[in-house]
Parts: sequence; structure tokens; C-alpha cells
Amino acid sequence: MFEELSSRLESVFRKLRGYGKLSEQNMRDALREVRRALLEADVNYKVAKDFVAAVESKAVGREVLKSLTPGQQVIGVVHEELVELLGKKAVSLKPASKHPAAIFVVGLQGSGKTTFTVKLGVHLRKKGAKPLVVAADLKRPAAVEQLRILAESVGLTSFIPAKGETVLDAAPKAFEQAVDGGYDWVIFDTAGRMHVDDEMMSELIQLREKVPPHETLLVLDGMTGQDAVNVANSFQKAVDFDGAVLSKLDGDARGGAALSLRAVTGKPIKFVSVGEKPDALEVFHPDRMASRILGMGDVLSLVEKAEQTLDAARAEEMEKKLRAAEFTLEDFLDQLKEVRKMGPLQDVMQMIPGFGRIQKAGLDVDEKALGRVEAVINSMTPDERRNPVIIDGSRRKRIATGSGTTVQEVNRVLKQYFQIQKLLKQMKRGGRKGLSFLPF
Amino acid sequence: MAVLDRLRRGLEKTRRTLASGIGKALSREAPSEKALADLEELLLSTDVGVATAERLAESLRRFAGEGPGKSGSELVSFMKREILDLMSKPMSRPGPKGSPHVVLVVGVNGSGKTTTIGKLAKRLADGGERVLIACSDTFRAAAGEQMDVWARRAGVEMVRQKPGADPAAVAYDGAEAGLARGSTVVLVDTAGRLHTKVNLMEELKKIRKVLERKVPGAPHEVLLVVDASTGQNALVQAREFGSCLGVTGIVLTKLDGTAKGGVVVAIASQMDIPVKFLGVGEALEDIVEFDPEEFVEALFSTD
Repeated sequence: MFEELSSRLESVFRKLRGYGKLSEQNMRDALREVRRALLEADVNYKVAKDFVAAVESKAVGREVLKSLTPGQQVIGVVHEELVELLGKKAVSLKPASKHPAAIFVVGLQGSGKTTFTVKLGVHLRKKGAKPLVVAADLKRPAAVEQLRILAESVGLTSFIPAKGETVLDAAPKAFEQAVDGGYDWVIFDTAGRMHVDDEMMSELIQLREKVPPHETLLVLDGMTGQDAVNVANSFQKAVDFDGAVLSKLDGDARGGAALSLRAVTGKPIKFVSVGEKPDALEVFHPDRMASRILGMGDVLSLVEKAEQTLDAARAEEMEKKLRAAEFTLEDFLDQLKEVRKMGPLQDVMQMIPGFGRIQKAGLDVDEKALGRVEAVINSMTPDERRNPVIIDGSRRKRIATGSGTTVQEVNRVLKQYFQIQKLLKQMKRGGRKGLSFLPF
Repeated sequence: MAVLDRLRRGLEKTRRTLASGIGKALSREAPSEKALADLEELLLSTDVGVATAERLAESLRRFAGEGPGKSGSELVSFMKREILDLMSKPMSRPGPKGSPHVVLVVGVNGSGKTTTIGKLAKRLADGGERVLIACSDTFRAAAGEQMDVWARRAGVEMVRQKPGADPAAVAYDGAEAGLARGSTVVLVDTAGRLHTKVNLMEELKKIRKVLERKVPGAPHEVLLVVDASTGQNALVQAREFGSCLGVTGIVLTKLDGTAKGGVVVAIASQMDIPVKFLGVGEALEDIVEFDPEEFVEALFSTD
């Protein structure tokens, strides 16, 4: 997510750091690069223009030009402005005074409404609420079926309209069922519609009259280009949505739509949808996102993710071991398993500061290689794992055969392990703390 | 000329933005710096991307500087030619007799693969082809049901398996059924996937391999479906799917709803992958073959 923009800005400011002082000319160069990077990241061209102007005036106002570390100061200002543009604070759903409260999920075709509807249901249930998801897309072939199957797979109750029923007939019934069943939230998965399709937009307006929504969420594909502002504007005019959801951000290197939408409509982005699994939903944190854009990495999200998936007691034990530099191959294997629990390694790695650049340099995370490492360690005896020094040539050969790998592969695993151990010893001497769970 | 009309209707918004804007920017006798900057912004607003916009503005600047007194219309036709040069990529049409023409359709989630296949199937069937659809999207809930509805609408045959089945196995079945039933075209639908998911891209390679083994020369076409509202990421998609599978053509969908479509210019400009079809609406026949000249003409025409 956003690596492109991060690395562009990084390279701009690496250049900038080279100067002792910042002249007006190289300030302009830097800002031109910022603008280019924003445009390439699909930030709307008007938004990019305003953004650069705002940064310029602030940077000048603060006498960056006289500063000794102009690059860092500009980064600071760019970061602040990005946070400003993204909406400063994380905004969650509006608290409802009366339940059940209806949530409308709206957006263009293929933006990811149905998947998000189920994710939101799971999210609300995790918070202790009782959600009902409603199939309100009767237009796309098999959309109802898709929601029913998805909801069923995670144990959410869904409302399925009867055959031949219109959305306008079905919606009030769904709401009634929610009242009778004591549900807290009723999430309507509406049909995808083009923002220029007047007929479909007016259906949405009629639907609002039948069931007044407590909250309307616009789902926007995170890969959207310049058009994001038109889409957001049209939906705002027609249904005045309360917040937006950015989808498919797990695969995108850019994501300027986030900046455009927020800047043009003033509506907060409330969630980020980052995968196809029903729990791949994150609350949108503008400050973290801004840090990420600037290549500072999304460390907080990583920590949160780790907290959700890692075994706390084990993590603590591991940290002690790491501090004491008593890291055995068994621990190495444990760590691998724990880290893999956090999801595809690619997703995890992307949250690590500076990884955008590493990835560009051609370092790919190979999940299969991890599997081989596991196999290699699994083929060792407990003795070997605790005391790898004893692994000689013939043991290596046995391990390679046992794990279906090669001696070279076994050597590589051992080398990696010894490197980590060396690193840990150095860190112990240096007294550095904080490397708690990552063996990389 | 219903097809052209439909294309024009779909492209109307792009055309309006570009034509009026470029007209305004170039109506002066020689393009001023301001006019060129306006032009660049205009191109940017259509998602052609910053590199392409800069390059086009630069070549116009050079053209204007070559001789004195270039009229506004000369400049406009120069721009047309420039964009046309970018868009004109030769179309390859392999078609061995006796075995089905296999078309593999891929793309990111929600780009419109299933709808595109429905439309393509109808178009090909109307043209006298015997079409068979293999639904290799066994991942997304109800994808098979959705494809089934489209197949019935288009009046063509379809092969599918249970949800969660191996997509390559469905592709295999499709190819085999195509051979056995004497189909002339086999369309293979795949699950949407982001180009960054390594394992899912590997899965596509496997599907490709299975088709290769089953039918000589297959897949004859690998079509990448791209949502027209996608920004510069469409380029990355084209590059990634291209290097993984050897994409032979792009289908640009949902061109009816937005003012943009310039990403096509960027794709044509930076990649050797031609655009083959445009999706311009929700009806079964809302698909048109991509014609660069018509496209550029429609982009610039002022009526």
C-alpha cells in the first residue's frame, strides 16, 4: 500500500538531505517531485496542486530555508499536511441511540460492497453486537446468493428477499425482522450503480425513505484514479454518505483515491478493506497512513495485528529468550509459525518501515521458502535443534533427505539461524531493546 | 452504426471533457505556456498519467516550435495523430482449425470479468461460433451461479464444478468438453485476484499450463479485464499479469459511467498489449471491439 509514493518521496528527500541548506530552487524541485509522486499515486490533480501549495506556504512560513536539516523539516511539513488531508483522527461508526440501526453500503459495481458487508458484520459481532446482513442487490446475477453463502460461512444471519420482490418491498421487511429478532445493526448490501445512472441513484433515494439509514457508507475501490472525486461527489449529492470505505488496498502500491475523496467531500474514511478473508477489515488511521506514505512504515498496525494473533504468553517468553540470546532452532521454528499466523507474509512485511524500498530492490517474500525452512527444522532431532553446532556433514545430508530439500538449503537455514543469533548477541551487548517477535 | 453510437454514448463524457478543454487550450494561434499547462492538466484528469501527459505536451510544444503560425486545428489534429500512434497496436488473430480457440480471461477483483465473458459469449454466438464457458472461479461465493445466469442469457454452454474445486481442473474440463463437443471458442473465467498475491498468480500459471497441454496453441488469447475508473494501477496490473501469463489483449470495462478512459492511452503507450474490447454498459450487447481511430475520433470530436 502506498510504497510507490513513499519511495518517491524518500528519493526526493534523500536528494534534499544532500544539501547543506535548502534554497528556494531545490525546494521547488522537491515539491515538483512531491506533486509528480502524488499524481502517479492517483491523487486527483487538483488535490495534488492544492496540497503542494499548502506545503509550500507552510514550509516557507517556518523558515525552512534557513534550517540546517531542511529535508527533515520538509518531511515533517509534508507529513503534517498529509495527516491533515487524510482527516487527522480515526473516525468510527456513529453511535446509535436506538437499535436496530440501519447501515447502507453503497458504491459502484465491483467496488467490493458484498465482501465489505460481511466484514462489517463480523467486525460488529466482535464488538459484542448482533448484526443482520440484508441482500439488497437484486440486480446483479447471483449477488443475493453470494451474500447468503458468505454470511453463512462466518455464521452471520442474513435476510434474503423472496423471489420477485423488489428492494423497496423487501427492505422494510428486513428491518422488521431485525426489530423482532433483537438485532442491533441491519446492514444493507445495496446494488452497485454508476454514479451517472439517474434511475439507479433515485432507487437509492427511495430506499432511504423506506428505511432511514443511521449511517451510509460509500465503498470505493482503492485503485480508483482521477474519477474518485466524481464518484464521491455524485454519491454525496444523492445520498449524503457519512463515511467511506477503501477496498482492495492490500494489493495496491498507490492509493491516492484516499487523499482525493477526503479532500473533496470532507467525509471521513472509516475502514480499510485489505483482503478477501472476512476479518480483513481495518479501522482507518490517517496518521498511520501518512507515516506509511512517507516511508516511515505502519508499525502500529503491525503491532496491533501481532497482538491479535500472537499468543501473548509465548511472546513474552520469547522476548526473554531473545534478550538473553538463548535463541534455539526450536524457537526459530516457533517464531516462523507465529509470524505465519499473522497472514500472508507479504501483507505483514509491507507494514515494516523501509520495506517498500527493499521490495523494489527485488526481494520477494517466498512463502514456499518458509515452508522449506520449516521442513528442514522439522527433520532435525531435538538435540540438533537445541544445539545446532553438532550438525556435521552427515547429519546435514540426513536432514536434507528427510526434509526433501538439499544440503545447500540446510546450510542456508543454519547460516540464517547463526546470523540471527549473532545479531542477538550484539544487541544484548548494545543493550538495544524492542525486537520482540520478529526473527528477521 | 449502432456500435459506434454505443461507443460514443459511453465515451461521451470523456469526449466532452477532452474536446472542450483541448479546444479551449489550443484555440489561440500558438500555444502559450499557460495553454500547454492547461492541456497537461486536462490529460491528467483523464487518467493518462503524468508521464504520458508530459510527453504529449512536450511533443506538442516541439511541434508548435517547428514553424510559425500553427493554427489551433493543426495542433488538435497533431494531438490526434500522436495519441493514435500510441494506440495503434497490431492485433494478432491466431485460429487453428479443428480445435477450439481458447480465451483465458483474468483480472483483479471486481473488474468485470464475468460480465465481460457473458457479453463476449453472446457476441461470438451471434457471430455463429459454438461457445463454451468454463467457470474456473471456484473461489468467490456464487460466482458459478452468476456465470450460469450470463451463460443462459447468451444461450451458450457452460462447464463448472463445486465451489472450492481446483480452478485448473475446471479449465481442463472446459478444454476437454470443448474438444468433445466441437466448440469453436472456449472462454475460461477465473477468480479475481490482486496481482500482488504471488500464490494466486501461480495458480493462473497452472491454469495456463493445463490449457496448453490440452489444446495445441492454447490459450490463444489471454484477456486482462481492467475497470476504466482504475487509475495508474492499471499499468501495474497489465505489467504483472503480462509477465505472469503473456496477456494478449485488454478489455476496458465500465467506460459508460465515468469521464475517464485515458488509462487506455497510457497502457497502449507503455506496453505492447493492445486494447481489444470496450465494455460500455450493463446490457448483454454492450461490448464493442476497440478501434483506435474511432476511439481517438470519438475522444476529440466536438459534436
